Amino acid sequence: MLKLENINITFNKNTANERKALQHIDLDVADGDFVTVIGSNGAGKSTLMNVISGSYEADTGKIFLDGKNITHLKEHQRARTIGRLFQDPLRGTAPNMTIEENLGLAYSRGKRRSLTIGIRKKDVSVFRERLKELDLGLEDRMKMPVGLLSGGQRQALTLLMATIVTPKLLLLDEHTAALDPKTAEKVMRITDKIVKENALTTLMITHNISNAIEYGNKTIVMSQGKLLLTIEGEQRANMTVEKLMKLYSDTAEDELSDKMILQE
Amino acid sequence: MKLNKKTVISLIPKAVLLILLLVIINTQLTESVVTGTFEKGLVFSILALGIFISFRILDIPDLSVDGTFTLGVAVSVMQAFNGDPIKGILLSIVAGAIAGSVTGILITKLNVQPILAGIITMTALYSINLKIMDRPNISLYKKDTIFTIAQKYFGDYYKLAAAGIVLVIAAVLLFWFLKTQAGMSLRATGDNEYMVRASSINSDRMKIMGFAIANALVSLSGAMYAQYSSAGDSNSGTGMLVVGLASIIIGEIFFSKHSILCGILAAIFGAVAYRFVLAFAMNHGMDSNYTKLFSACIVALAISLPAIKKYITKAYKRVCSDK
Repeated sequence: MLKLENINITFNKNTANERKALQHIDLDVADGDFVTVIGSNGAGKSTLMNVISGSYEADTGKIFLDGKNITHLKEHQRARTIGRLFQDPLRGTAPNMTIEENLGLAYSRGKRRSLTIGIRKKDVSVFRERLKELDLGLEDRMKMPVGLLSGGQRQALTLLMATIVTPKLLLLDEHTAALDPKTAEKVMRITDKIVKENALTTLMITHNISNAIEYGNKTIVMSQGKLLLTIEGEQRANMTVEKLMKLYSDTAEDELSDKMILQE
Repeated sequence: MKLNKKTVISLIPKAVLLILLLVIINTQLTESVVTGTFEKGLVFSILALGIFISFRILDIPDLSVDGTFTLGVAVSVMQAFNGDPIKGILLSIVAGAIAGSVTGILITKLNVQPILAGIITMTALYSINLKIMDRPNISLYKKDTIFTIAQKYFGDYYKLAAAGIVLVIAAVLLFWFLKTQAGMSLRATGDNEYMVRASSINSDRMKIMGFAIANALVSLSGAMYAQYSSAGDSNSGTGMLVVGLASIIIGEIFFSKHSILCGILAAIFGAVAYRFVLAFAMNHGMDSNYTKLFSACIVALAISLPAIKKYITKAYKRVCSDK
């Protein structure tokens, strides 16, 4: 489904601040895979997401999605088939527009934005059904500006927006990191449910190691811009947080960040 | 947003307040001044609608407005001078849209800072406008304008009718547009660009389209103004951005800025109210040379209000803690 070939990115090339953010990344994600991505700060996790989504362009290398070369497509062109969630809940929704209007925009993903009316009557009932599934009571507040919702509600709504037209690939960039633990757990459960129901190919960055093991079917570990480990199958089934931390410190040159350890 | 009962009811007190204000002002003015002020208000409402798109929806102050207003004046006055006032109005819309696209392309594709892009377009238009008009000012004395055409159909209040009809058409079309998929994408672009790009919307194209529509309206307003005053002047656009902003800010006192309908109504009512405030001030001896200073003060004051409030609260706190 998603294939990365020898991706390299260097920031601030030829200056004192030169940083090799991604080095020789090769990645193969099969259809229906739910891959979790962990690594310390600055390991290149977010850069990886940004390269796939088109926010950054790779210096070298190729990206294929569903057999199509998307290396040179622009961000909004790739967004036709890639759903995306940011760490910051404010980024995923338009605050001054209503819940309904936000969903309306997401619902025409991949289509030409025409002069037909933005939200049709039959769309509203679809939105209501989907919002009900989130179980946050949002279906009764569809005329409310999104800016009035809490971070967790906004993130759940963004998740719905990213998947209301089934994407080929879903990118989650620490999408629960800015939420309080209880809300984070709820959003994570909703995520898992939506991903499973639609058998979505998903890439999820997380700072929460137990989440990384609990959810998905594959885990990749990054360090200093490189793919360090891929954990899957039996090895993954027997994995615990302690084992993973040990595995990491045995192979990587740096330690998993304090933030990650404190999470446990 | 649908026009449900609750919204209508919430609008009533504000409208009453506005009318009350207007009545108070009116008692000071003669009837002909009132009608004239109202007519001008309607003409400049279209300007305010255009600036509403760039300033409020796209959240970018667009300085090309000063040039595109004059562009509308120039195109309209030349066509009317040659005997085709309606063509002048229509052409001015197209000309404004093209000029707006130039600003949009400068900002998006060529990475020019928004303010500078506006200044560049405005400056370039200064020459273009002079070229179109061929001289600094033109009189339409004894020439047909859309207002003289309207006179045949609407009797005494023909100016009000002509300006009103054009305004209503522009406002309704704009309202409808902002509810379409394209319009919603435009609004979202000003609201959250990250979200827009992540929803597969070309944010650059949306911005260019926004500037095109905004300046088409501004140019239309200029075109109407030229035929209304039966004269075209190559300097008539000076300070129009600030005038439009003042209108929007005044209008927002009465209408919240949280829905599209309110935004459009605020621009219209604000532009009319602004003209009345101006007429009131001039009636009380304000030199007409000070009108631009007046609108500049309104805008500066309104935009700096939150900062001023903060200083006052701080000073208040300091005084209280000293005790």
